[in-house]
Amino acid sequence: MPTVSSRGDAMRGLAVFISDIRNCKSKEAESKRINKELANIRSKFKGDKTLDGYSKKKYVCKLLFIFLLGHDIDFGHMEAVNLLSSNKYTEKQIGYLFISVLVSSNSDLMKLIIQNIKNDISSPKPVHVNLALHCIANIGSAEMSEAFGQEVPKLLVSAHASESVKQSAALCLLRLIRTLPDAMTYAEWASRVIHLLNDQHMGVVTSAASLIHTLSQLSPGDYKGCVSLAVSRLSRIVTSTYTDLQDYTYYFVPAPWLSVKLLRLLQCYPVPEEPAVRGRLVECLETILNKCQEPPKSKKVQHSNSKNAVLFEAINLIIHIDSEPNLLVRACNQLGQFLQHRETNLRYLALESMCLLAGSEFSADAVKKHRETVINALKTERDVSVRQRAVDLLYAMCDKTNSEEIVAEMLAYLKKADYAIREEMVLKVAILSEKYASDYTWYVDTILQLIRVAGDYVSEEVWHRVIQIVINRDDAQGYAAKTVFENLQAPACHENMVKVGGYILGEFGNLIAGDERSSPLVQFNLLHSKFHLCTPSTRALLLSTYIKFINLFPEIKQTIQNVLQNDNQLRNADVELQQRALEYSQLSSITSQDVLATVLEEMPPFPERESSILAKLKKKKPASVQAIEKEEEKMKKSPPSIENHVNVPKEVPANTVSRLTISNSVDLLGLSTPPATPQQSTNSLLVDVFGSVDQPVAPKPESNISKFLFKNSGVLFENNLIQVGVKCEFKEHTGRVGLFFGNKTGNQLQNFSASVSMGADLQGKVNIAPQKEAPTQIDGGAQVQHFVNLECITFFSGSPNLQLRYQHASTPQQVTLKLPVIINKFMEGTNMPAADFFNRWKQLGQPVQETQKIFQANHPIDTEAAKTKLTGFGMSVLINVDPNPDNLVGSGIVKTKTSQIGCLLRLEPNKEAKMYRLTVRSSVGEVAALLCTMLEEHF
Amino acid sequence: MIRFILIQNRAGKTRLAKWYMQFDDDEKQKLIEEVHAVVTVRDAKHTNFVEFRNFKIVYRRYAGLYFCICVDVSDNNLACLEAIHNFVEVLNEYFHNVCELDLVFNFYKVYTVVDEMFLAGEIRETSQTKVIQQLLMLQNLE
Repeated sequence: MPTVSSRGDAMRGLAVFISDIRNCKSKEAESKRINKELANIRSKFKGDKTLDGYSKKKYVCKLLFIFLLGHDIDFGHMEAVNLLSSNKYTEKQIGYLFISVLVSSNSDLMKLIIQNIKNDISSPKPVHVNLALHCIANIGSAEMSEAFGQEVPKLLVSAHASESVKQSAALCLLRLIRTLPDAMTYAEWASRVIHLLNDQHMGVVTSAASLIHTLSQLSPGDYKGCVSLAVSRLSRIVTSTYTDLQDYTYYFVPAPWLSVKLLRLLQCYPVPEEPAVRGRLVECLETILNKCQEPPKSKKVQHSNSKNAVLFEAINLIIHIDSEPNLLVRACNQLGQFLQHRETNLRYLALESMCLLAGSEFSADAVKKHRETVINALKTERDVSVRQRAVDLLYAMCDKTNSEEIVAEMLAYLKKADYAIREEMVLKVAILSEKYASDYTWYVDTILQLIRVAGDYVSEEVWHRVIQIVINRDDAQGYAAKTVFENLQAPACHENMVKVGGYILGEFGNLIAGDERSSPLVQFNLLHSKFHLCTPSTRALLLSTYIKFINLFPEIKQTIQNVLQNDNQLRNADVELQQRALEYSQLSSITSQDVLATVLEEMPPFPERESSILAKLKKKKPASVQAIEKEEEKMKKSPPSIENHVNVPKEVPANTVSRLTISNSVDLLGLSTPPATPQQSTNSLLVDVFGSVDQPVAPKPESNISKFLFKNSGVLFENNLIQVGVKCEFKEHTGRVGLFFGNKTGNQLQNFSASVSMGADLQGKVNIAPQKEAPTQIDGGAQVQHFVNLECITFFSGSPNLQLRYQHASTPQQVTLKLPVIINKFMEGTNMPAADFFNRWKQLGQPVQETQKIFQANHPIDTEAAKTKLTGFGMSVLINVDPNPDNLVGSGIVKTKTSQIGCLLRLEPNKEAKMYRLTVRSSVGEVAALLCTMLEEHF
Repeated sequence: MIRFILIQNRAGKTRLAKWYMQFDDDEKQKLIEEVHAVVTVRDAKHTNFVEFRNFKIVYRRYAGLYFCICVDVSDNNLACLEAIHNFVEVLNEYFHNVCELDLVFNFYKVYTVVDEMFLAGEIRETSQTKVIQQLLMLQNLE
């Protein structure tokens, strides 16, 4: 047992108790001993005899020990508070310690405690003041900030306070400021506080530097005067010999911690403008760099560590200043020496620091000289965190000239990399190979290799991205198709490879179909051989590939249809697979080759946006992308590679399907399929298709409704709680709107109501009648239907409103939507021979009956697409009427209950000028004007 | 800033826990266990720094004791590492060749040493001479 001093602080009973506890052989014995002690202390505290200060201190200290062993203490707080008012230091100290460690925000006691602290803080004895200050700092509650926010700063700048008290006051104040940063910046104290940097006592400066650092961050303007003071203080330290500072020299390094604090403080501000200050600062930094070249004054690690602590902080400041090329390059050279140092700590820190230097234009090249050493570190370092830093640095130093080597090294390392860092490495390789690809075959190879060696760590973002790039780059498509085909031939290939392969072959398989080794059937069989080993989401993607194959390779249509119509698909337990198989097989058997070709057209290029891989990496490691972002700003001027040219949609395959289904319904209507096709009978099915698709949330109902101009079903609205699907049928002047409310949450939506109302302008023009009452609640995950019948009395513009109210998590929600009930829904196309058309056209010749608009084409001019749109709009497109085959004419009748309004239309494209002239004539002039306006933006 | 200081032995027994941030008791226990798990698996060839949640641990092993301080990621690693050593040298002088048992029996004095050298999560005093002087002065008070 260690010797216990014989002074007044010795507590023999405590030592005996601790020995007893240590001698306990079992947990039970320990508990027993503790309970015995607790009972003893309790009886002492409750006893009639007043305890003397020493006993109280001893028992409180025992309680504290018991608490620190992990036992709950529910008494003794009052006795601890009593100790605070003792005059003896040792008793006070135990009282304060107990309170700092154990006190909860027990408000009754807190008042007493604060009163005691108040007494001590104004005591003439510095040791009492310090105990009080330490207690405030250790508790650091808002209550403390309020009670002492005014007292503590007074001590800090007092002429009478001892140095030790000032030190404690500075940091105590810092703690109070951190607790309530808004309440105090002490602008009025600023100049007195910053002058603490000039204090004679180094300990005061050391404490004050931390306080000033925080204040400078909170209120830079008030404290900017600290810069010149910090520079001169720093200068005095670094130019001193190690004997000057005596007590503050640590292993021959003068005041290393204070130097570090000052160097950090200076990083709060831009480089000083005043030439003298700036010059002095640069001199300091040079001196610090010079000292590293001097022979060490001691072989002890403490000497080199503290010297290097200052060096690394100086380098941080040099990087922060970023305008002294000479210093930056010297810093880099110094770090270069550390890269091969025998101390792991130094190699680690050098890699970390160099990562920042790689971001500066002045030192980027100097950093690149160390490429081989860094690559070597990746291969040989034993500590994973060092290897991690090497990866970060390689990433930061990568450029066009070294990207192939760096990416190759990272790929090689990836094979044996620690699991913890694989995902991040995959992201980095993906980003680098994309950013610096001058040759897309290299890019495609790299990503496929990534999938081969670390398929499990390849996130969706990465494989989506490669698909997007291939789609956007014509020159990469053939190669991509060939390469994925080859990769898929491996007996075991990662599911992500199947996804990429499935997608790319579906789009570009035709580019390699000429070779009999990769003929359509071979491609299909290859993909389908993987099908059964894949998860449902991949299978769904493959089904989409198959329908695309039917379009690309009509010769294998039968084989594919057999697969689609196989019970494994049609009766699959997975609804998504079942549905895709059913719809695709219908699509392939009902539609003509032309329609199929339109529906399954090649994906259009993706719009440009920030790479979501980069976004993901940023989220994972905000610091590590800084360097590359800086780089990027510079790169923007130089001709770009593929970087930033494409974006990743939330889910690539889903995107196609939604496209498919939308155009699908339009086209089927365009072919005037009788309303008894499977489409119709699977009423809610269509809505479900949309439900499974990740559609963007409709921002405004008004803008959303225009998409329903040409179709009758789809998602009307969606947020994270609810999805509203709609399916309408119209016949003559009547219609039926089916609404499908899907609850996307796991909880019931309560107090649900859905009411359709007419705005003033629709009053009397449209009648509505719900088939039955709307549901009043929707269970979690459920979908409910609601049908509304309506009748068009007379011509109207606008649409009825649908108002939804519901309660989620007891918060009422309200959504107002427009129903896709638009005047054109009541229009029916009419066929007529050319002669009749011209007759009617002439009859409607009055100026009020005609509206004509000439406008710039919003979409590529495509006669077939325009025909489809007009048909979807409700008009019959009349063939062989207009002598110019590019012109379209159509006719239709708007049927209301009270009247029938004939409408004729002529659409004349001017392909050279990319303009349209649209003329609508109608017996009712208003109708002509309205239809013309509605159609204009869609061509 | 320093978020907490822990002294643990190899078995994971805590010999000192000083918190500069509000944690509830369960969280403290979790942190103690996590730090122990992270630090004890590392060997002498490893660095003295390890990433830890959103912070980092700078630690050094002295015989059977791990001295760990948890600091912000931007803090200076070597300065923290030497702050640990400085603290250990003070303990060594104050307790005359400090050993684990000194920390057990004099736990309440260790807190005083910590408060002299670190306060509010910052370094308060670095001079060993000054700290020892102060500690001896306090020890002679009644």
